[in-house]
Amino acid sequence: MGHLVYALVTVVIGLAGAAIYFYASNLLLDRALPYRDAEGARASRNLRRANAIRPWLFMLPAIVILSVYLVYPVLESIWLSFHGKAGIDFVGLSNYHWMLVDPEFRESIVNNLLWLLIVPALSTFFGLVIAALADRIWWGNIAKSLIFMPMAISFVGASVIWKFIYDFRPAGSEQIGLLNAVVVFFGGNPHAWITIPFWNSVFLMVILVWIQTGFAMVILSAALRSIPDETIEAAVIDGANGLQIFFKIMVPQIWGTIAVVWTTITILVLKVFDIVLAMTNGQWDTQVLANLMFEWMFRGGGDFGRGAVIALVIMVLVVPIMIWNIHNARQELR
Amino acid sequence: MTGVMLKDIRKAYGAVEVIHGIDLEIRHGEFVVFVGPSGCGKSTLLRMIAGLEDISGGTMTIGGEVVNQVPPSKRGIAMVFQSYALYPHMSVYENMAFGMRIARRPKAEIDARVREAGEILQLTPFLDRLPKALSGGQRQRVAIGRAICRNPKVFLFDEPLSNLDAALRVATRIEIAKLAETMPETTMIYVTHDQIEAMTLADRIVVLSGGTIEQVGAPLELYERPANLFVARFIGSPAMNILPATIEETGATTTVTLAGGKAVTLDLASDAARKGEAASFGVRPEDLRPAEGEDFLFEGKVSIVETLGEVTLVYIEGLTADDEPIIVKLAGTRSYERGKTARFTAEPKALHLFDADGQTLRR
Repeated sequence: MGHLVYALVTVVIGLAGAAIYFYASNLLLDRALPYRDAEGARASRNLRRANAIRPWLFMLPAIVILSVYLVYPVLESIWLSFHGKAGIDFVGLSNYHWMLVDPEFRESIVNNLLWLLIVPALSTFFGLVIAALADRIWWGNIAKSLIFMPMAISFVGASVIWKFIYDFRPAGSEQIGLLNAVVVFFGGNPHAWITIPFWNSVFLMVILVWIQTGFAMVILSAALRSIPDETIEAAVIDGANGLQIFFKIMVPQIWGTIAVVWTTITILVLKVFDIVLAMTNGQWDTQVLANLMFEWMFRGGGDFGRGAVIALVIMVLVVPIMIWNIHNARQELR
Repeated sequence: MTGVMLKDIRKAYGAVEVIHGIDLEIRHGEFVVFVGPSGCGKSTLLRMIAGLEDISGGTMTIGGEVVNQVPPSKRGIAMVFQSYALYPHMSVYENMAFGMRIARRPKAEIDARVREAGEILQLTPFLDRLPKALSGGQRQRVAIGRAICRNPKVFLFDEPLSNLDAALRVATRIEIAKLAETMPETTMIYVTHDQIEAMTLADRIVVLSGGTIEQVGAPLELYERPANLFVARFIGSPAMNILPATIEETGATTTVTLAGGKAVTLDLASDAARKGEAASFGVRPEDLRPAEGEDFLFEGKVSIVETLGEVTLVYIEGLTADDEPIIVKLAGTRSYERGKTARFTAEPKALHLFDADGQTLRR
């Protein structure tokens, strides 16, 4: 109860504060540069100046908050990357050098690359196929709701669910893991799936595909519906079959949306962390950059320098894709 | 020979029937226009001929072959859509070549046909452009070019000019008329709600209403001898003036009394059985002329005068029960004063009479 009141009061203060800020700053600006009672030339000059200042005034809170929570951390990370464990002694490039020779970093890069190749491709592909097929069946909307549902589950929650699916019990005992239960049912031997290198990474990727397919499906489904029926009918008259219509008429028309979905998932994949932390914590060759960063930064006493270096690598990888993504999204809007 | 035959063609969506048994024979090489108000089923009928809609009942043959179950691409048809329906990701060239590529025609043949169509439609400079870089009229020409490249036996147009502005509509209409002349072996079926397009393009017009055919005939036949009240009102602009009337005398000529009490004798024969029947009396606005002396058809107060330069439209009120004005269309510029009483008359052979069911009493 106390929490609730506290939260409510915070919301009210926050909203009121924002409203008061905009009202008061606007009023102050009008006072400082009066134009209503001033005479001709001065009035128009004041009005012009006020209009030039006003946007900045209104954007100020957003700019300040973004600076504090986005720009400052980047600068601090860069600064930390040149300093030692505690972030005090200047160590030059030694953190970068460590990174280049560290086998676990290399493993993370390789794994991230695998994630990058597999997850966006599969999520987008499944999303597109499901979106196209679901429109043709009467229970399509039910199917789409079910497929979208994992989007509502947190990555950690999803990991817990899949931990049960991959769960391993020694041969002979009852298998509570779905996958092993199926394998045993068909006469196979149970495996500790998430300890088998390479394939365990794939098993973790399946979780993210399971979550992101819903996202891809929803966006692509909307895009498919925006395709004019007449272009499809024209293709029917031109003699194209179902597959030709799909690949030569429909997919090219939503290519921009596919690119946005793909890159959005790519960015998410570069930052993948929760699933690896919850499932394997990077053991058995499943390490990824974000989990490695977290490990160096906050585990075992922490090494801010090395953590910051890895953080910068992730950022450098994400930024270009992000720019391309925004560029694409803007073109879609046009 | 590639005529199109419709026999008792029906279309139903669930329990709702929207096309109620159409019988129509479209001859080889003929230009037929389906015309009618929104929702009359003209587009549905065209889409059934194209194969984009299933046929719920009846038989359809194209060139003597029953096509009820034949897919659109095998019917020997090509269609031009109202929205152009160009493939937005393909160049003009690719748009026109797509059908032949799907059919795996040899490259040289594709190239020759596309270039020929481009030549006919003056699209040669635009072959490498995407549809979005073209104007509306150019896009529609590409759509027509794509249809020509299919080398169809039957050419289908679904309101192809509706998305164009007025000037372009006239220009494109003339282009379509010229195109039709250069393809005398191709049967053309054209859907529109615009009667000017229908009158200017058609060899024969099919007037549809509520999923049935009202009348089939040459443009002037529909104008001069409408089969019923619906066609009479639909063809011609402004629409034919209609007044309720009662049949008084029958025989070699027919005399009716108009709603206002005025007796009019029409130059058409009628059965004695019709005596005393209610009827509708019709006269086209352009058939009316100012009356001199007592020999007039209508007398009423002028409510509105529209001077358009080439014609003057005079609206006369107070003659019909539902207050629909009688419209008179006079050539040139005429001056009429609002509120003044005016008298108009017409030649006896320009008068129309419809029975209580709306069917025309034939001359």
